Amino acid sequence: MNNESKLMRWFNKRYDLSPFEHFAKEKKVPDFKGSFWYYFGGVSLFLFIVQVVTGILLLMYYQPGAQTAYESVRFIVTKVEFGWLIRSIHSWSANLMILSVFIHMFSVYFTKAFRTPRELTWYSGFLLMSLTLVFGFSGYLLPWNTLSYFATKVGTEIVGVVPVVGIPLMEILRNGSDVTTATLTRFFGLHVAVLPAVFTVVLGIHLLFIQVQGISEPESWKDIPESKKNHIPFFPNFVLRDVLLWLIVLNVLAILAVYFPWELGHKADPFASAPAGIKPEWYFLFMFESLKFLPSKFLGLDGEVVGVMFFGLAGLLWFLIPLWDSRTPKGSRNKIINYVGIAVVLYIIILTTIGAR
Amino acid sequence: MNVSGNEKMSRRTFLDYLMGFGLLAWLGAVLYPIVEYLKVPKQTEAAPSSVVAGLTKDFKPNEGKVFRFGNEPAILIDTPDGKLKAFSAVCTHLQCTVQYRPDMEKIWCACHGGVYDLNGRNIAGPPPRPLQEYKVVVKGDDIIVSKS
Repeated sequence: MNNESKLMRWFNKRYDLSPFEHFAKEKKVPDFKGSFWYYFGGVSLFLFIVQVVTGILLLMYYQPGAQTAYESVRFIVTKVEFGWLIRSIHSWSANLMILSVFIHMFSVYFTKAFRTPRELTWYSGFLLMSLTLVFGFSGYLLPWNTLSYFATKVGTEIVGVVPVVGIPLMEILRNGSDVTTATLTRFFGLHVAVLPAVFTVVLGIHLLFIQVQGISEPESWKDIPESKKNHIPFFPNFVLRDVLLWLIVLNVLAILAVYFPWELGHKADPFASAPAGIKPEWYFLFMFESLKFLPSKFLGLDGEVVGVMFFGLAGLLWFLIPLWDSRTPKGSRNKIINYVGIAVVLYIIILTTIGAR
Repeated sequence: MNVSGNEKMSRRTFLDYLMGFGLLAWLGAVLYPIVEYLKVPKQTEAAPSSVVAGLTKDFKPNEGKVFRFGNEPAILIDTPDGKLKAFSAVCTHLQCTVQYRPDMEKIWCACHGGVYDLNGRNIAGPPPRPLQEYKVVVKGDDIIVSKS
């Protein structure tokens, strides 16, 4: 204790730390039966940190290129000490991060935490989720195996379906008109340089918004007097619970990585047929399955054009919820929002289940 | 006073616009080379108009094989009644590589379940267009596939 205050004194002599101390003392988190959902933002953050650390470790051996990408990952998982573990954790953590981000997003949606004054937190969060999906998509190609090759082919072709800008954008993504090892170079750059930089900045902004405005209180607290609201201090109570959950997540990650190591598959062959049973990662499965069910022609347009336009529009509406939700009379509960949310969750769950069979 | 005030304001507005446009032009000058850099240069690669897809002795009826035709995969099929047929192997839906299914006697795409008949026509699933058909000629033992 004495040491700590000595250290604080040392710092305080040089820098004025009182605003930080004040902030830490004042910061509190609402305590109610839905508080559980608050933790998923933190879990997503933790998994992102795991991704950064394991990603840097993989970079020590990974080599993009036609003759080296697959081979270097094989080298990591077969020859390098604990290489299999690092790679497996990176893959599992990516999947859990996407799951956690989805849970976080839906909990914010259903608790209406995106409402004024927190619209910008929602927009930045949506951006982070999109970046997470692009992270997943670009990283998936890097081991250059059959599954990732065809997933990238289909995924980038979907970009090409977008009217006007689609084809040029697809060629920029692919680094040519086809998916080749040149695409690998571009995805590698995107995955290890562009995305981490952009993600870190947006994440910083997202966290800043939350610190400035404080954590959103539940809807039901609107008419409750201040004295009846229960809070717990952020330091140390909430942080300690957060850290405990992070430890649990790390254990789950270790169990998954050890008992269900991520497969490497076969090396991609651009001149082989797509293997039977091919499907994308689970988080793209609902879109993939929807594309399967669309007829080849719909209202005079190619089925996939309709599908891509539908998902594009749906994504835009989801992003803009704070705008169309605010049209409801002030203070009244907007049930439509709940119905839309439940419909979206059911749609994703049902199509993912069909796709996973 | 008023006049000079207006004059001052309009001069300021003018300068604001000038700065604004200058900034836009500067942004354009920075972004243009970056976007152009990211566009892939067109390489004039002589795409072959014909290719040897295999040897007749390697094929049995009701069998298909994917082979390389320039930069793209193509598929050669020995139909159940012994005719040789060749198509582009790139699915017209989302560009996966198709395969021959002897059990269905059809061309099938594993990605989204598209089906084509042995004339390359899209008959089931999401593909919007038929597969491009190629000409097959047998010269000696060689099976030669050509684009015209």
